[in-house]
Parts: sequence; structure tokens; C-alpha cells
Amino acid sequence: MTTSVLDEDPGTGTEPSAPAGPPASVVLDGLGTSYAAGPTVLDGISTTIARGEFVCLLGASGCGKSTLLQILAGLQLPTAGTVQVPSDGAAFMFQDASLLPWLSARANVELALRLRGVPRAERRALADALLELVHLAGVGERRPHQLSGGMRQRTALARALAQDRELLLMDEPFGALDAITRDLLHEELDRVWTSTGRTIVFVTHNVREAVRLGQRVILFSCRPGRIARQWQVGPEVRRNPAATAALTEEITRQLRQEISGHAHP
Amino acid sequence: MPTPDTVERPATGPDPTEPAGPEAGPDRLPMPAPATRRDLRAVLLPAAALLVLICLWQILSWSGLKRPDLFPGPGAVAAGMGDALLDGTLQNAVATSLGRGVTGFAISVAIATPLALLLAQSATLRAALGPLVSGLQVLPSVAWVPAAIIWFGLTDATVYFVVLMGATPSIVNGLLSGIDQIPPHYGSVGTVLGATRRQQTLLITLPAALPAYLGGLKQGWAFSWRSLMAAEIIAVGGSIGFGLGSMLQQGRDLSSMALVMAAILVILSVGIIVELLVFSPIQRRLLQRRGLLTSGAK
Repeated sequence: MTTSVLDEDPGTGTEPSAPAGPPASVVLDGLGTSYAAGPTVLDGISTTIARGEFVCLLGASGCGKSTLLQILAGLQLPTAGTVQVPSDGAAFMFQDASLLPWLSARANVELALRLRGVPRAERRALADALLELVHLAGVGERRPHQLSGGMRQRTALARALAQDRELLLMDEPFGALDAITRDLLHEELDRVWTSTGRTIVFVTHNVREAVRLGQRVILFSCRPGRIARQWQVGPEVRRNPAATAALTEEITRQLRQEISGHAHP
Repeated sequence: MPTPDTVERPATGPDPTEPAGPEAGPDRLPMPAPATRRDLRAVLLPAAALLVLICLWQILSWSGLKRPDLFPGPGAVAAGMGDALLDGTLQNAVATSLGRGVTGFAISVAIATPLALLLAQSATLRAALGPLVSGLQVLPSVAWVPAAIIWFGLTDATVYFVVLMGATPSIVNGLLSGIDQIPPHYGSVGTVLGATRRQQTLLITLPAALPAYLGGLKQGWAFSWRSLMAAEIIAVGGSIGFGLGSMLQQGRDLSSMALVMAAILVILSVGIIVELLVFSPIQRRLLQRRGLLTSGAK
């Protein structure tokens, strides 16, 4: 895997197509993964994710979205193409909270701080501040089993933020939550994204969620996982409920097509 | 199980327009109440069972099926125990044995823990040594006593060696099975958070494997105590001090059945007390803290 820092390139003229936008955080070029005897999971994934961008990866289950995220996190290696990610790695929020059950909510956040090298004296206050950021002030002493699903995911979000990486990868983090809690967490994630300016790559199979959160929605096709289509979700769409509904419907139709096209080969 | 308390909920039911506080909406969990009745039952029931057994024993000794010197009643054994208490041999024997047991157990833990971590890291090493460790767990450690006496003579080293051979395999296997059961995503969490190999072991693997490790420690202690008694019975004299096993052997030499039975009862009691005062509370707290034990069940 090629890993490099990208913000050192001021535009030397080799990339004439690159507009003078924000610097890239993630660059994928012809990325592919296949298992030795099995099918190709990902094929020819090429895209650039700008710094501070919120990108949603959308697709049916088993399309390789999570695999792509694992590759970005360095948990897996691609078998083809190149990946460029920030040199300090990425923060990761898992599908299930995957909090460590022997640690309190605060200690889970503190662990991330400790492994980041934050001195002991500063950890506690920082962890409390992060828990407050995700509206969990006062429950730091509780253990994961004493938290509801929504609170666990908020703790996991606080832990991911504790890593203080510019790139935040989220793998269907709200998939197992009820609609009301998910709504609350969408608002909080939106707020956190606005206030911290992270680059977020968010995997989901929920079209509404993707349109609600993402500035850009990337639709994956299945077997092999390829980029089928992309949509920009501008502020004018997000502020207009009718436009949001229309876009959601359009994307849902495309997603259905992708799924049915492969259900009957 | 008591019904979960539903405080803080207005009688009018959930209000969808309610503003989003930190614990708003479905984000509420009832906290389990601590149980004290169970603790009382845990003391009273075994005590009652013990009383019934002592009564049966008394009746059996009154029945005259065996001569009183071959099968002394509870009174005679209590008198034998009292004599040993008065001249201080009992206290000394308990102190000597317990001290040795704890030391030998501590050495076993210190050796078994890194060994298990090493075996867990290397599939090759584990394939090579795993069966041997499991085999040693089955081998009665008393089988090492003759060899130990030949190597170390009648010294404390003999006792410690036998204890070590008895306890180590259980502890190794306990920790290994604990590591095997760790959900793989804990490892991913460590990797993503940037843990080094050492941090991964100390901060993720060991705590995650702790419940099974504790099970292994408990079994290891039981094996330590058994091995120690076997060693003390067989290896008497030399520079080896006077422990409970030696007391048992002395009772046999003196044909004092009351002393023998008193020693057996003390050995048994020490085992029960260590289990009740040390391992049980630690295990219960550990499981409760992880939400693996609800207050009603055992």
C-alpha cells in the first residue's frame, strides 16, 4: 500500500485537471481486491476525497464498502491499484460500538488518548470534554453494558474523535439503532463534523442517511464492487425538503436497479 | 426478577416534541439493584448441609459399626484438633503449608503467564508444545515427587517443584483458552487506535482474556494445594518444615485417627476458605463489572 502525505504538492503542473480546491485527503487509483480462490470484491475504484469532505459510500450489503473502509484504515491490503491516505492513519468507528467491556465509557476514550501518546495528567479532562461533545457528560463512569445502544455509539464516536486524526472512517455506525436515536446522532455527527472539520467517509446502506449526511454520495454496484454513480448533495438540496426527497428517490431507484440487476444474473 | 423502575417517565407517556437531552428518547436503561438476599442464602445453605453431615457422622460413630479408635466421632476429632491447637502445631502447620502454597502458586503464575502469551503468539510453538501442556495437566503431579526428591533431596525446593508442575499447565491452558475466545474485533480496535504489539498484549489481550485466565488461576491454585499435600505426605524430614501434609503423615505414624481426620478437615477447610474469600469474590466482581453476571443468577 502506498501511503503518502498529499498537502506538500502546491500544483507543479503535472495535474492540469486538478482545480484549485481544498487539498486531497484520500486518493484511490484503480483500487481492487480479490481473494485467491474467490470473487473480486472491489474493482477499479478511483476517486479523490478532499480534505474536510463528507462522503457517503452507499450500496447493498456485501458490495465491498466495508472492505474499502478497512483498506483505508490499513486493516487490509488491496491486491491492485494504489491508496493514498494521510500519513498519520485514520480514526475508525466500527459497525457495533466495539467498546472494551472491562473499561468504563471514559476509560474507553482515555485508551485512545493513551495510545495516541497524550500524557496521563491530561487524559481525564480531555476524555470528559469529548464525552460532553457527544452529549454524554456524567455517564463516564458507566460500563458499556450499562449504556443503551445509542449511548454506546456516542461513546464510540467520542473514542474515534479522541484519536484526533484528520480522516474519520465510519462503518455503518448507526445501523443497529432505532430511528429516533439515529436522528439524534445524525444531528450530533453533523455538528461534530462542522466544528472539527474532519474528513469523513461514511459507509451505509440507508439512502436517507446518505443524503442526510453526505456532501457526496457514491453508489456501489455489486460483485464486483465498482463505483456505479455519484451525486453531489449541495446545501440548496439539503435545505429544500422537496429536493431532498426527489434526490433520495432517484438514488433509491438506482440502488434497486443495482440490486435487481445482480439478483437475476 | 424485579420489574425495572420507570422513574423520570411522565404519566402521559413519551412526548415526541421533548427536546433532545443527553439521555433523551430510548436512551434509558434501568440499573440493576444490588442483591443481599442471595449472599445470605449462600452462607446459610452450606452451613445447614454441614450440620446435617456432622449429625450423620455422629450417628454413624454411635452405631458402633467400627471401633471408636478407628472411626472417631466429631467430638474426638474436635478434641484432637484442640490438642494440636493448644500446643501450636496446628497453627504452625497451616502457616507453613499456606505460605508454601502461596509462594509455589506465585512462582507458577510468574512462569505460566508469559509462557501462555508466547504460545498464543506463535502457532508453531503452540502446535509443538500444546499437547505436552495438556498432557502435563492430566499427569498427577505426585508422580514428580520421587524425581524431585532424587534431584533436590528433602528440601523446600522439592515441594516447590512439585507444586510448579501441578499448577503451571492449568494456568497456561486457562489463559490460552481465554485468548482463543477473544472476539477478533477487539484486536482491530487496538490496531486502529495505534497500539504497539506490547500495548496490544497488555491493554487488550490480557484484560480481554481475564475471565478465563482467572478460571485457570483458580484451577491452578487447586492443583497447587493438592500437589503440596501430596509432596508433604511423602517427603517428610530433612530441611522440609512441618506442614499439614506432614501432620497427616504423623497421625498415621502415631495411629491417631483423630489427628488424621483433624488434618483432613483442616486441609479441606483451607481449600474452601481460599475459594470463598479469594477467588469467588474476585470472579463475581469481574463478571459483574463486564455485565456477564446478573444479580439474580449464579
